[in-house]
Amino acid sequence: MPRKPLEPPFTIEHLSILDSDANLDAALEPEIAPDVLKQMYRAMLLGRRLDERMVRLQRQGRVGTFAPIKGQEASQIGSVFTLRRTDWMVPSFREAAAMIWRGWPIEKLLAFFAGRLEGGQPASDQHDLPITIPVASQLPHAVGLAYAVQYRGDDAVVMTYFGDGATSEGDFHEAMNFAGVWHVPVIFVCQNNQWAISVPLKKQTHSRTLAQKALAYGFPGVQVDGNDVLAVYAASREAIARARAGDGPTLIECVTYRLGVHTTADDPTRYRSEEEVREWERKDPLTRFSAYLEKKNLLEQGLEQQIDDEIARAVQSFESLGPADPLTMFDHAYGEPPPHLLAQRAEVAERLRRGAEGKPAEEPTVPTPMRGQRKTSRWAN
Amino acid sequence: MGKLNMVKALNLALLQEMERDEDVLVIGEDVGVDGGVFRVTEDLHRKFGSKRVIDSPLAEAAIVGTAVGMALYGLKPVCEIQFSGFAFQGFHQLENHAARYRQRSQGRFHCQMVVRMPYGGGVRALEHHSESEEQFYAHIPGIKMVIPSGPRNARALLVSAIRDPDPVVFFEAKALYHAAREDVPDEIEALPIGRAHVDRQGGDLTLVAYGAMLRVAREAAQILHDEDGVESEVIDLLTISPLDRETLAASVNKTGRAVIVHEALRSFGPGAEIAASIMEGAFLSLEAPIRRVAAYDVPFVGFAREKANVPDVGRVVAAARETLAF
Repeated sequence: MPRKPLEPPFTIEHLSILDSDANLDAALEPEIAPDVLKQMYRAMLLGRRLDERMVRLQRQGRVGTFAPIKGQEASQIGSVFTLRRTDWMVPSFREAAAMIWRGWPIEKLLAFFAGRLEGGQPASDQHDLPITIPVASQLPHAVGLAYAVQYRGDDAVVMTYFGDGATSEGDFHEAMNFAGVWHVPVIFVCQNNQWAISVPLKKQTHSRTLAQKALAYGFPGVQVDGNDVLAVYAASREAIARARAGDGPTLIECVTYRLGVHTTADDPTRYRSEEEVREWERKDPLTRFSAYLEKKNLLEQGLEQQIDDEIARAVQSFESLGPADPLTMFDHAYGEPPPHLLAQRAEVAERLRRGAEGKPAEEPTVPTPMRGQRKTSRWAN
Repeated sequence: MGKLNMVKALNLALLQEMERDEDVLVIGEDVGVDGGVFRVTEDLHRKFGSKRVIDSPLAEAAIVGTAVGMALYGLKPVCEIQFSGFAFQGFHQLENHAARYRQRSQGRFHCQMVVRMPYGGGVRALEHHSESEEQFYAHIPGIKMVIPSGPRNARALLVSAIRDPDPVVFFEAKALYHAAREDVPDEIEALPIGRAHVDRQGGDLTLVAYGAMLRVAREAAQILHDEDGVESEVIDLLTISPLDRETLAASVNKTGRAVIVHEALRSFGPGAEIAASIMEGAFLSLEAPIRRVAAYDVPFVGFAREKANVPDVGRVVAAARETLAF
């Protein structure tokens, strides 16, 4: 019984269409309507401008910790543009550009990062899950959604986002495995931005690519230049077509770079060199896409100003929100608040009432005990 | 009406709810063709097929995590975790997500799902197969924690759990699976979650128990009646969270004395919250300190030492007598 090589289809493709110098591989160029190209660029630019604004707002203390997307606009917009409104989008916490394209108002994102629960509420007709913070833990939800879509016989696919660090989590592997076994319509979009806070990819995995991890689970994985919006779009469109046709999941590894901080609480100079950042700045996804559009005469004049105005209006509307009502924190813990929560809510309401009346909020509110009701005299004497 | 043990009674609840509602499905390890290692899902696979009775890969986090996704879409998954000792691999999905989606999405989404798991000792099982971990789940806001004590209430509570719009962790005492048969009506019966049951009335002492410990409390009450002439009120909690504080306070306001019995560890166990709740609702009626009869605060003892660790009738009677003599 000699050793026998098995021949599973173990190949991984790398797809690049528009390189960092804006050279185009015309044979691979996806057909995208001019209007859509313009919308894509607008969505990427909006992501970039909002990102810069958010960081400033955080520095001014007007919002809390924010996870910037700078550098990852093509990975997000190239993929999310291939979804229909009726498809499902399952984000992690670094998808502001994709979320806005999906219909999240900028005000809501601002509210979310300002610590307000309202910021996590999708519109009733929106097929989007709210931001998930524990790394990779949203991936099983995407697979469950895809199972439910298939169970009901609905026409939808699910796209879920995560980073390179997430591929070390058990939830990533379990979700990929379940998706493969169940053969469900889900697309895993990995934004490999090279850094999980301070840990570089080489300390995260010994795999040559992240895309190849799909092969272990029995479905295709593809690596794309994540700063090339055309390549991301082309790969996503193929993955979605497969999912819609009942051909199961795909993993797309978008090779990109986080040009900014991990979050506004992070200082990347502690762990990576400025040379490396400069190297990736030359591969900026917006620069090459704008050159591509310029050649097609699709660049709009005054777009930046228009976007800045839109952001300014959203910031204004966010800042005109009244203070968060503490009492609503009890509203959505359960379908119906159980008695102990109603009691706790009443306690807060009473404190607020006293505060409004200028009385000390902490004064005991317990009524004088019903002394003398004890049954024995053990302690009464 | 049939005489059913708890396994058959739970199976009946699943069968009838699945017949009633196509959105109800079952997911877990060995729940399909094998019918579950305790046979609670027996025959469901044959009746409803592998899309509704899912033999999942062996991964608790993804069983719970994909069920969360299904629930977000509007399905009503019932997960089976083979033993509660293995549930911690899926705990983060329960705590971080199932419990929180309603709040996180401000009511746009919720997780109508049940996570069933066998718990507790008394079956000569190895490590991770005989612990009682209800306190972890009872501590999580957004989740309901239910533990039935017999076939009839197990069936009725599982029906309610499946229909409940919030995620329910449903513990099934392994020691009770085949312990007794009860009359279980053919027609669907549901019991409200969040309500305790006064199992025996009495005015001298309140014994609080649930799950497999109800039988222990009942027997202790009988001994106290026979040998001491003491009338115990036995409260079967049925729901650990949200706790039925009203029933507890009403009973202790009447009796003035309470002994809490559970298999979970004593420190920071359910008994602590039950005792605090009695203090808040019946302090001036208390005649004696509240006693807790519980497992000791050690990680794991093995079934050769289990008898010394899990509360038994003798320990409950002794604690009751000390409380009465205080």
